[in-house]
Amino acid sequence: MSTPTDSPLMRDESERVLTGWGRTAPSAARVRAVSSVDEVLDTVASADPRGVLARGLGRTYGDGAQSGGATVLDLAGMSSVVLDPSAATVTAGAGVSLDDLLRIIVPAGFFVPVTPGTRMVTIGGAIAADVHGKNHHVEGTFGSHVSWMTVVDGTGGVRVLDPAGTPDEFWATVGGMGLTGVMTEATFNVLPITSSRISVDTDRTVDLDDVMDRMITGDDEYRYSVAWIDSTHASGRGVLTRGDHAPADWLPEKDRSDPLAYDARALATVPPIFPNGLVNPLTMRAFNEVWFRKAPKSRRGELQTIPTFFHPLDIAHEWNRGYGPRGFLQYQFAVPDSGGHLVATTLHRLRSIGALSLVTVLKRFGASNPAPLSFPQPGWTLAIDVPAGIEGLAVVLDELDELVLAEGGRLYLAKDSRMSPAMMAASYPRLAEWQLVRDRMDPRGIFTSDLARRLSL
Amino acid sequence: MMDALGEPQSVLVLGGSSEIARATVKALPRARLRRVVLAGRPSGALDAAVADLTAAGIAGVAAERFDATDTASHGEFIDRVFTAGDVDLVILAFGVLGDQALAETDPSLAVTMATTNYTGAVSVGLHVARRLRVQGHGVLVVLSSVAGDRARRSNFVYGSTKAGLDAFAQGLGDALHGSGARVLVVRPGFVRSRMTEGLEEAPMTVDPQDVAAVVVAGLRKGKETVYAPGPLRFVMTGLKSLPRPIFRRLPM
Repeated sequence: MSTPTDSPLMRDESERVLTGWGRTAPSAARVRAVSSVDEVLDTVASADPRGVLARGLGRTYGDGAQSGGATVLDLAGMSSVVLDPSAATVTAGAGVSLDDLLRIIVPAGFFVPVTPGTRMVTIGGAIAADVHGKNHHVEGTFGSHVSWMTVVDGTGGVRVLDPAGTPDEFWATVGGMGLTGVMTEATFNVLPITSSRISVDTDRTVDLDDVMDRMITGDDEYRYSVAWIDSTHASGRGVLTRGDHAPADWLPEKDRSDPLAYDARALATVPPIFPNGLVNPLTMRAFNEVWFRKAPKSRRGELQTIPTFFHPLDIAHEWNRGYGPRGFLQYQFAVPDSGGHLVATTLHRLRSIGALSLVTVLKRFGASNPAPLSFPQPGWTLAIDVPAGIEGLAVVLDELDELVLAEGGRLYLAKDSRMSPAMMAASYPRLAEWQLVRDRMDPRGIFTSDLARRLSL
Repeated sequence: MMDALGEPQSVLVLGGSSEIARATVKALPRARLRRVVLAGRPSGALDAAVADLTAAGIAGVAAERFDATDTASHGEFIDRVFTAGDVDLVILAFGVLGDQALAETDPSLAVTMATTNYTGAVSVGLHVARRLRVQGHGVLVVLSSVAGDRARRSNFVYGSTKAGLDAFAQGLGDALHGSGARVLVVRPGFVRSRMTEGLEEAPMTVDPQDVAAVVVAGLRKGKETVYAPGPLRFVMTGLKSLPRPIFRRLPM
């Protein structure tokens, strides 16, 4: 007699149901923790038809870091960090998080070249999604600061990629969403700093024209710039915060003895059982009102800590649970300056179906890099959170996609969880070029994800 | 892949000429649909279903030869459909109603009913579940019936096949828990369709479109069991708790 463990329906011990940060569209995969290149090679060599995908801290909002039925690699064990202060570079394992890294390099007088709105991302994820931060208009994406990286490709080869020697493979991997191979280590530039404080200029803005004018005329004077928009208010009022690293001698007397002190803690964890209605139009309006009111009308040179300025969302762990069991998504597009009117259109259309947002962020992008699937392009980007259960959302977002496409814009793969394959192909015209390089690096199609299947990458 | 808003890309209908399944496919969000396999025995009704869904603007609709009673062919068939691409939604919709009086007279007719409704469904259901487990996502919708909730004198052969199917589908749903895949059991009451043509309508009779709406809402909410119409759940709870001497005398 056969035992239940022989059954094809039996679950494997290593199986986990995975979702992105938006907690939508789950799928199950076998999760394997690896801590050496040899273990990655072994996984690739023994891959079954469902394939292999590396996953970092799961901050991708949609389905980019999950792959149903696949072997999903957890690279948290690839945790080495070597700081070379004289060259101002770091060599880090792909599983190192920006959180870990900042705790090491800030006290040593360095800052990461680029950080997204959360420090809970890995180096591997930051390069695979080619993340951007508040300094994109000046310093580009994370991938632009990478000097080389080690990647296990689909042929079972260990490749060392750099922009000069292997430009095709390097730039296909930057922004390649983990589909060209498993990155195990990377070397990138870090920024020398003399204090752990940011000197911040804050301005409340009365409407979208106000904030967009200020950003067009003033952003070039700042290394960091981002605007938060009140999505619940028809005016599009908001708060513009811009700044740069403060030199140590700007610090008040009491802090000068330890100008590089760095303390990043989460204050709360959002409980796992969250009442479904907690994020509702009323609380949403209240939150937006408070966020707007708490900002000063205009303040110059306020000293803020790194977590306060860069990572306000990390104050609460697992805040994504706040949207309840149906989850949420983040709609983020980039359009050239000529498409700037889509910022107002998007806010208006989403508000008209009751899709209010807590986190609505407007930013100017600088130049693109050579990566075919890198998201940023010169112009505007708007990111807006939307609860997934809103009636009529699918239709409105498809209509917005058309408008974004018509303006020569595109959506961010690290955020997307619902665009059509046709939108993907049309808005990333270099997709076919990327696919040629990917097919060379992974001829057997080992690296795949739910995102790749959904968008026919 | 099913996307964040619950829009499927690929659907397999087992029993492709089923009117409830056809109405369900029509009621699904269709913006991302690109492959709909209608599996069934070649027939005018199957061709008509392909034509109808295609005319409704649904992309990638095609018929495939499938026989619920030919259980030996099920494994190869399901493997072929899933190897061609992940399937987000499988609707197990085949079934025969049969005539109770004839089945009582000729038990071989009862065997046919049991073979299609239960044996065939168990066979293909296990093959589908195996492939859903391998792909780590997907939903199997099983069209059961309130007739399976409690066997009635007037159609207990049919009712017993649905009772077996229903129990099987519930167990399968539990087996798949935590696998990324899930099972939705649908218990319609009396549905106006080809299958029930000429029969006297019961109270709370619905159309295939009503069942479809219930199924689509159940999928969106991640339900495990739905009744169509919804309030039948309470009617059946009442009927199931009736003592047999009373239940037996009910005119149904």
